[in-house]
Amino acid sequence: MNRNRCLDLTVVSVDGFGQAEPEQFVLTLSSPGWKWRPGQFAMLRPASFRQDPVWARPLSIAFQDDAGLSFLVQSCGRGTGLMARLKPGETVTVWGPIGTWFASEPETPTLMLAGGVGLAPFLGYAARHPAPDRLELVHGHRLPLSAFPLGRLPEGLGRSEFFLDRGRPEDVARFIGLLESRIKDYAGGLVLACGPMPFLRTVKRLAEAAGARAQLSLESRMACGLGACLGCVTENVAGELVQVCARGPVFWSTDVTLAE
Amino acid sequence: MDLSVTIGALRLKNPVLTASGTFGYGQEFTPYGELAGLGGFVVKGLSLAPRRGNRMPRIAESACGMLNAIGLQNVGVEAFLKDKLPKLPWRETAVVANLYACSAGEFGELAGVLAAEEGLAALEVNVSCPNVSEGGAAFGADPVQIARVTEAVKSRAGDKPVWVKLSPNVTDIAAAAKAAEGAGADALTVINTLTGMSVDVRTRRPRLANVIGGLSGPAIKPVALRCVWQVSRAVKIPVIGVGGIVSAEDALEFILVGAQAVQVGTANFIRPDAAFRLAAELESACARLKVDSLDSLRGSLKV
Repeated sequence: MNRNRCLDLTVVSVDGFGQAEPEQFVLTLSSPGWKWRPGQFAMLRPASFRQDPVWARPLSIAFQDDAGLSFLVQSCGRGTGLMARLKPGETVTVWGPIGTWFASEPETPTLMLAGGVGLAPFLGYAARHPAPDRLELVHGHRLPLSAFPLGRLPEGLGRSEFFLDRGRPEDVARFIGLLESRIKDYAGGLVLACGPMPFLRTVKRLAEAAGARAQLSLESRMACGLGACLGCVTENVAGELVQVCARGPVFWSTDVTLAE
Repeated sequence: MDLSVTIGALRLKNPVLTASGTFGYGQEFTPYGELAGLGGFVVKGLSLAPRRGNRMPRIAESACGMLNAIGLQNVGVEAFLKDKLPKLPWRETAVVANLYACSAGEFGELAGVLAAEEGLAALEVNVSCPNVSEGGAAFGADPVQIARVTEAVKSRAGDKPVWVKLSPNVTDIAAAAKAAEGAGADALTVINTLTGMSVDVRTRRPRLANVIGGLSGPAIKPVALRCVWQVSRAVKIPVIGVGGIVSAEDALEFILVGAQAVQVGTANFIRPDAAFRLAAELESACARLKVDSLDSLRGSLKV
């Protein structure tokens, strides 16, 4: 057994989609040689963090190719802001792959629901799927589509993109209407969702109302990513607080309460 | 170079332990290093009954550190003894239990449950918890209460060494240290987290559901060094230094001001092999800094 799964990888590229100070970017690291499943994540901590910020950042693995292992990252704070400024050749400490993954049922019609940067795991999921014509993607986004590596999505995939202009309430209501109408068609299928918590709560409610099986990938602040610090817990239906990192991040919607 | 140290009657192969609450029950870190490479590790705080802990959010980052208010979520002492301890390599390294309770009586009861466990090398007492029977003020804030809890644990601990983990949230930590020593503590762990808070001026909300929490990480190292320095001059029992240690050089700084051994805490989150690497690098750090032995370095600060 490999006794140290904590690796120092090298930055291959930071692709900010043509933006000098990108709000979103694809970070590609030298390949760690992992076997991973879409939905799993890794903890990334650039050496440039030094002693501040202290935590690594939990990021869903987006895709892997000859160039290396790639993550879709939204620049939304100190850590991801520093990551946006990484240069090729810099070192990033990484541990993973971590956690549960999305069910893969190639014969089952599958609906992928992405909220913003929550598109990340579906890039790898769709790329690996043997029959993209049985896959559909609904993607709600506030950043322009040019900030997403949509070229990674396979041909034949059903797609609808929905622009939420700064989260205007009327846009949100229409987006929820779209989710409801799409989820209804998957009562005998599979629904997968990744995005912010209000979005996941909505998906859980709609999927359970429609009788659709749904898996949700949760996000949380994390310190360790190992199940040790107990900083990222969520409530399961047994009333227990379980670690999102070690017991998730992908849960069946009926296993967690997502209580406020 | 011989890196072994003694904490009272307990011999450790090296002075590097991990701090309670940052290392789970040890097992979580086995993919990242050999537990047997550590001098020992202190497991997550244990209470008599399982505890649910606080609401989310429970952690927040701050400059060079982090705040936590986990609320001592733990499986309870029975589940620990049944499910966790048998899987730990306690014959190869020191496994230390950390005790959490809300009254001196409960502390004693908990010590009684753990006293006969062959797999435990020592009991560490967390006095930073609210004393329910005395109005909720932290035990650790009052030397009289520290002494009472230390006596309660010591009287039921059998031959297990008792370490008291002191809170820095006091005016005079030397007085707290003397109280624990006077009540029979075998060693002192210095320091627990500093209480702090973090707020978001945009949402006007605290970043922790519990509002206040414990600050840890490199940000607190100067406070921890000061406390270890003051405590090690005030007592004769060994002091285990903890607070913001990231590198082997940090660990040696704590030994320089008087620590017998050290605990690595928040650094375990910076990278999960941090403590293993630190233990492995200690010898070369000593060579680089011309330290012939830990004994010659210990307490040798020139002032």
